[in-house]
Amino acid sequence: MNLEGRSVSIGYRDRVVGRNLDVALATGEALALLGPNGSGKTTLLKTLLGLIAPLGGEVRLEGRTLDAYPARERARMIAYVPQSHAPTFAFPVESIVLMGRTAHGSLFSRPSERDRAAAMAALERLGIAHLAARPYTMISGGERQLVLLARALAQDPKFIVLDEPTASLDFGNQGKIMDEIVRLAASGHGVLFTTHDPNHALRAADRAYLLRDGTCIADGPIGKILTRENLEAIYRAPVRVLVDAKSGTNAFLPG
Amino acid sequence: MSRSAAPGLLIACLVLAAGFALAFTVGRYPVDLADVAALLAAKLTGSSANLPPAVESVILQVRGPRVLAAVFVGAALAVAGTAFQGLFRNPLVSPDILGASSGAALGAVLGIYFSLGVLGIQGLAFAGGLAAVAAVYVIGSIIPARDPILVLVLTGVVVGALLGAGVGLIKYLADPYNQLPAITFWLLGSLAATGPSDLVPLFGPVAIGTLVLLALRWRMNVMSLPDEEARALGVATGPLRIVIVAAATLVTSASVATAGIIGWVGLVVPHLARALVGPDFARLLPTAAILGGGFLLVIDTLARTMASVEIPLGILTAVLGTPFFIWLLASVGRTWS
Repeated sequence: MNLEGRSVSIGYRDRVVGRNLDVALATGEALALLGPNGSGKTTLLKTLLGLIAPLGGEVRLEGRTLDAYPARERARMIAYVPQSHAPTFAFPVESIVLMGRTAHGSLFSRPSERDRAAAMAALERLGIAHLAARPYTMISGGERQLVLLARALAQDPKFIVLDEPTASLDFGNQGKIMDEIVRLAASGHGVLFTTHDPNHALRAADRAYLLRDGTCIADGPIGKILTRENLEAIYRAPVRVLVDAKSGTNAFLPG
Repeated sequence: MSRSAAPGLLIACLVLAAGFALAFTVGRYPVDLADVAALLAAKLTGSSANLPPAVESVILQVRGPRVLAAVFVGAALAVAGTAFQGLFRNPLVSPDILGASSGAALGAVLGIYFSLGVLGIQGLAFAGGLAAVAAVYVIGSIIPARDPILVLVLTGVVVGALLGAGVGLIKYLADPYNQLPAITFWLLGSLAATGPSDLVPLFGPVAIGTLVLLALRWRMNVMSLPDEEARALGVATGPLRIVIVAAATLVTSASVATAGIIGWVGLVVPHLARALVGPDFARLLPTAAILGGGFLLVIDTLARTMASVEIPLGILTAVLGTPFFIWLLASVGRTWS
């Protein structure tokens, strides 16, 4: 199964952010989207989610153009994990996760027992079932990020799109999210995430897509794409590579 | 779920029941609750209640319609306020945020200025409320924006200000001895003149709008998330927002047309209801409706009994409600917002 943008131009009515981008995400793989601030990562993400219409080209999901999907059907295929934010109302965590089941019910239906079970299963999978009754406004930013991921899991989609999922997290929770991304890809989901840290991409993704000024600089297997040359090219800053003598894995340091 | 809704809902029902009891038994013509029950039973079975004609007349023609109107208006304003606070993700929002009250006010004031009858004034008020919100919605939709909600609210505020200027102009032009007092009285809100004939034009729109909002109460949780998130969860936010705004405007306009401008209820009752049952719209909306009905019934009873003259509802809701709300805010904290 495939979610792909074919020579899409992305942006808003008054501003083109990127042109002629080809990007494809298959189920069973994790794709990391890297680029400096303002390179168009989030815009590309939202275009692939169907939240903003492409200015040119098209986004296809399973061979059908994404516009042709009703909102509900699309939501059963693709879930979105936005950056965590403080909401207006103090919904309990369980209610937030239960909202992930919206696309599985009709306009007037109340959540079923199955929906509640799916929400609890998602919370347990991420090890945050103990938060279920807590108000979403009273938990930490890192916990909120996990709750939003649980909501996406409850949505039971084929593809999960995450906008900087590690941005507000402490070191331990960053690892937790990356582990979960690896697990999701292994269990047959297509995972797309943006990150500012190449090490996170290296750690969790199978492929990388590098964006600069709305243009694709490189796209391919993570090991081939995340090189010092490529990273220096997109960030226009010197990058150092550290190699762990024991395992042979790389790590990148800015400056 | 984390918290049972039953105690909160029960409290709301008790407020409503207490409001009923109080409304009939106090006032210039107190009515025994047993008489009310007997009359109701008699009307339902078609027999005679054997009550003095004066008592029957007070119940059916005066007190009864006023009690029902207070409950409908209170429920309508509370439900509309709850819906708008969720839709605009803002706890400071009240039912007149999109100009419903200012539109209705201009309609009513014009009706008084042109010396139309009661029906004409109410009709113009109702139409004015609907027209104002429709205009705000159309203007807000034409303006291209990344945050459609913010544009809608800002459009509502500025259009409301313009309509307020219109009201000011009519007040300035109106006859200061006959029309101006009538206008002022209307703008402060009152149920003093409510009779049986007012109930149908009030009840119809309020029932329709409230039922639509209640049917959508599960979806309204999702509608209180940022627009893109709600869409990613599978909700067609554009059409649904129009339906919610239309339903909330319908109930607001009908209430304002009957009772004039009664502020405060639509702003604060949703918060009281949230303190009782939490933010989940599935229970919040019914609780707010019941609590709003009971609340305005109590306020209206006070309005007609506290002093030798009727106190305008809009003034009483603010004077009594503000200290109470501040106390609640301080004692409960912000966990229930």
